[in-house]
Amino acid sequence: MNDFVSRGFAGRPREPEELAERIPPGQHLERDFPVLTAGPTPEVGTEPGEWSLRIDGMVAEEREWSWEELGTLDFEDVPCDIHCVTSWSKLDTSFRGVPLDPLLEAVEPLAAYAMVYSHGGYTTNLMIEDLTDGQAWIVTEHEGEPLARDHGGPARLLVPHLYFWKSAKWVAGLRVMDHDEPGFWEGNGYHNRGDPWKEERYWTD
Amino acid sequence: MDGLTPVTQRAPGRWQIATVTSIREQTAGVKSFRLGLPMWMPHCPGQHYDVRLTAPDGYRAQRSYSVASSPLDEGEIELTVDRLADGEVSPYFHDVLKEGDQLEVRGPFASYFVWHGEQPALLIGGGSGVVPLIAMLSHRRRTMPELGMRLVYSVRSAEDVIHADELGDEALLTFTREPPAGWSGPAGRIDAALIEAALAQGGDRWDPASVTAFICGSTGFVEAASGLALEAGVEPGRIRTERFGPSG
Repeated sequence: MNDFVSRGFAGRPREPEELAERIPPGQHLERDFPVLTAGPTPEVGTEPGEWSLRIDGMVAEEREWSWEELGTLDFEDVPCDIHCVTSWSKLDTSFRGVPLDPLLEAVEPLAAYAMVYSHGGYTTNLMIEDLTDGQAWIVTEHEGEPLARDHGGPARLLVPHLYFWKSAKWVAGLRVMDHDEPGFWEGNGYHNRGDPWKEERYWTD
Repeated sequence: MDGLTPVTQRAPGRWQIATVTSIREQTAGVKSFRLGLPMWMPHCPGQHYDVRLTAPDGYRAQRSYSVASSPLDEGEIELTVDRLADGEVSPYFHDVLKEGDQLEVRGPFASYFVWHGEQPALLIGGGSGVVPLIAMLSHRRRTMPELGMRLVYSVRSAEDVIHADELGDEALLTFTREPPAGWSGPAGRIDAALIEAALAQGGDRWDPASVTAFICGSTGFVEAASGLALEAGVEPGRIRTERFGPSG
């Protein structure tokens, strides 16, 4: 099947090699930032008492950060490429937020798995090892602007090395668990880990 | 869900080479492609297939398309494709593909924006976002016509209506740009009155809290329609949406 060629298909002009090698298999370059959400867009405010991020479950000490407390932490710029399982990739975009490392260090995870949960009921599962070592952030800005509501504002998780459904919009918290459990898309046909470079799109990949 | 599962879901297939068995023009920019599959399996209405094109130098382009047909069409699926001017895969469908051509596909995929027999079901589609809803409508008509299902379909003009022959009495259309001559029905963007008209259709008003809504279209359309469904009293957990982003 690998030698199948689509009759009469030339394709777009090829991207220059330095861009092409940053686009995972089966993905194409997208210059916009499309919106994909499974249900209605939740309204999440940042007035005192309206927003918090909670890390609980199998941890030494559960913690909760208010919007104001989050704002006192060290923010950093996160230049990155993002890859959506619906086959678009966006290169050279940037977010700004708080790395997950100091947040996780504050609670001390005692187990290897996490379920991230959002306002509106969305969940996604990740291994702690995919959330640490500078691989994951809680971001509140995109390309210099406050994160738009339809892209998960006021705050979303950012895990750019995995397909973008893992970067939960409207993030509300993270539960550390001693076992793995499928989150929302993972229970609906999509891959458990979602590495775009291994093209882990669906259950059977 | 009352144990009503029109089709059982199985593991989706590997890449396979389908054959284009027929092509029909829906509108000037939309065509439906019926594909014969050597490794066919029944899909759930709402599911999609991935299509992959390969150039002689190995370059590949891949996109997802919703199935428009009912899983009762054994051995076949129908994909309805909107031609995007700056697209890569959709112009290939429109300008190159002929009957008898081969096309690499795999699926069916996704199990969220899927109708498993939930009722009453309110389907709300904008433009080509109506495609997965057509699969739900025609499957229900052919298997369990007694189940409550209604469609609100927002479309620019009469010339832009797709799958017209699959729209029955349960379809409420609104024309956003140009209603047909003599049309006395809804016109303009979808609004609260239209949602209410759908809920109350035929004098049998559904309790909004009992409704499962399936909403598909552009991002703006889905935002507007899901907001209206929420205001009408549909539970947030029973609103399933699918946004058609730019995908080409």
